[in-house]
Amino acid sequence: MTVFIILALVAIITALGMLISRNAVYSALFLVLNFATVAVFYLLLGAPFIAITQVTVYAGAIMVLFLFVIMLLGTDELEDTDNLTWQRPLAIGLAVVLVVEGIYLMLSQNTLGFITTPSEDLGSPQAIGDMLFSKYLLPFEATSILLLVAMVGAIVLTVKNKKGEQS
Amino acid sequence: MNAVPVNYYIILSAILFTIGALGVLIRRNALVIFMSIELMLNAANLALVAFSSANAQLDGQIFVFFIMTVAAAEVAVGLALIVAVFRTKKSIDVDQINVLKG
Repeated sequence: MTVFIILALVAIITALGMLISRNAVYSALFLVLNFATVAVFYLLLGAPFIAITQVTVYAGAIMVLFLFVIMLLGTDELEDTDNLTWQRPLAIGLAVVLVVEGIYLMLSQNTLGFITTPSEDLGSPQAIGDMLFSKYLLPFEATSILLLVAMVGAIVLTVKNKKGEQS
Repeated sequence: MNAVPVNYYIILSAILFTIGALGVLIRRNALVIFMSIELMLNAANLALVAFSSANAQLDGQIFVFFIMTVAAAEVAVGLALIVAVFRTKKSIDVDQINVLKG
């Protein structure tokens, strides 16, 4: 329980830091910390395979891509243009209402179950692999097509026009 | 280690999701908006793994695996779009991107 509370505080504080910090590079680094915290949560929940995937895919690949684009564009800080004046307090107020409502709903209900010390073989890579290649084989193959389409799309969108047209 | 109710995990997931939604609403840097979307996907993943662990069913973790794949594809295409917009507009402030014409 204490482990959960400490980790939850770290996760919320890093998420708020991502939201508040002016510099986009700081936001990205806060988000890396948040993803690492969530990976520790996955370990607590008995999902070691998902935890490792989280660290390699999210904290590794995706955030490196983000940092690369931030450095490439050189727009880590934007000057303040006050086009949104009254929307910002309204958004914060509505978000607070949403959080309070969600917490009240979850605390007023009966508990949905308890997380005890996870069993050894539930989330093991072998069990996940067995299920992935038997019950979820078709979605798994569809995922490969999705990744191929994303790769082609990213290349098509960023490649420069070779016929002299500058854009 | 004593047991933690699933409700606490769902509350944490809701808080993270709301922070992500707030980031989409109040930030104007397109890259930070993208990071907030990643935060929301992550909050949903946390809820899925919590339920999967509480019910001793593995399907939730498989879903999380697929969500991660979709997020990776989405980030690749989205960052390519941001780079393409930056080339024509010289800015990634979403307030500047109010004209569809390139």
